[in-house]
Amino acid sequence: MDISFALTGKGYVIVAADTTAARSIVKMKVDEDKIKVLSPHLLMAYSGEPGDTVQFAEYIERNIRLYHIRNTYALRPPSAASWIRRSLADSLRSRRPYAVNLLVGGYDTSTHTPHLYWIDYLGTMSEVPFAAHGYGAYFALSLLDRYHDPEASVEEGLATLRRCLDEVAKRLVVTPEKYKVKIVDKDGVREVEI
Amino acid sequence: MSIMEYNGGSVIAMVGKECVAIASDLRLGNQALGISSNFQKIFPMTDRIYLGLPGLATDVTTLRDTFRYRLNMYKIKEEREIEPETFAHLVSSTLYERRFGPWFIEPVMAGLEKTPSGAYKPFIAATDLIGCINFAKDFVVAGTASSKLFGVAEGLWEPDLEPEDLFETCAQTLLNAVDRDAYSGWGAEVYLITKDKVIKRTLKGRMD
Repeated sequence: MDISFALTGKGYVIVAADTTAARSIVKMKVDEDKIKVLSPHLLMAYSGEPGDTVQFAEYIERNIRLYHIRNTYALRPPSAASWIRRSLADSLRSRRPYAVNLLVGGYDTSTHTPHLYWIDYLGTMSEVPFAAHGYGAYFALSLLDRYHDPEASVEEGLATLRRCLDEVAKRLVVTPEKYKVKIVDKDGVREVEI
Repeated sequence: MSIMEYNGGSVIAMVGKECVAIASDLRLGNQALGISSNFQKIFPMTDRIYLGLPGLATDVTTLRDTFRYRLNMYKIKEEREIEPETFAHLVSSTLYERRFGPWFIEPVMAGLEKTPSGAYKPFIAATDLIGCINFAKDFVVAGTASSKLFGVAEGLWEPDLEPEDLFETCAQTLLNAVDRDAYSGWGAEVYLITKDKVIKRTLKGRMD
């Protein structure tokens, strides 16, 4: 099962997701990017049922892009997250629901604030200072309770993320070998090596 | 595992003397795993009607949006704000619409009703997940800690409490009931509705 983390800091959101694509007990791929860049200041990490994930993520990506093209301005993080949540909530009561869990992180360029949303496949949404999906959540959330600082610099934020990844590497039976880490702040999205 | 207990959370509403109070916890969980300690379940519907939505968290958000839409439509058509009793029936029919595939929510509402003489009368009500209304004269409870809330409220509540006494009764009832429930807690908030103002207070609670 895939693991994703995200945390906010002073003017930024860090989103991390493992890069393995597995089927049953076999690793099929070790460099899969599971974090989509939805708009210049919006990131979305997705995990869940293989097939559903990519299909749903691309549907969201294209609709957010369409909104951007039609209106010149992209949706701000709270509105985008709200629309994504609604898509999942509607899907839940359809004939074949998407089983996709999301972490949506963005930087609001109007209010200069970072936003992070925890969304699950039921359409449950909550704005949170830090979040995790998958088995990683059981290890990382308590660490983040202890070490997360909303006023932390990017370096400190990455150090906190490092702690989470190390704990997962130490204690989880099936450990992902690589993570992709993306940061969104006032300058937009960038990828960092960790 | 019941779908009503999947995310946890509880709400209580109480009647006082020319005032009402409605309170909820702030936990959002995934079964035993806590996700957020700031998940609001009480929403203002009009200036003097508040609605609490404990139950499945996805439906909390969906129903909040549905009621916002329906109340906006009501206001445009009627050119006035809805009255609490009418609102209770709107809640009821919204839920009964989904009789055979329900929203997993047990709403609790509190408000002040305008009487023909121009005075305000306290109003509370709750429904089950398919919209069966319970108009209570004292207090209503819902959510994962409902059984505990009933017990504490039964012991603490008395008729004609003044606003500040009602606040204390409601807050203590909730705080002590959710401490005995693993799926509720992680902080609380209380709305005290009186004829000239609404006071919102956020409470700290045990974090275990």
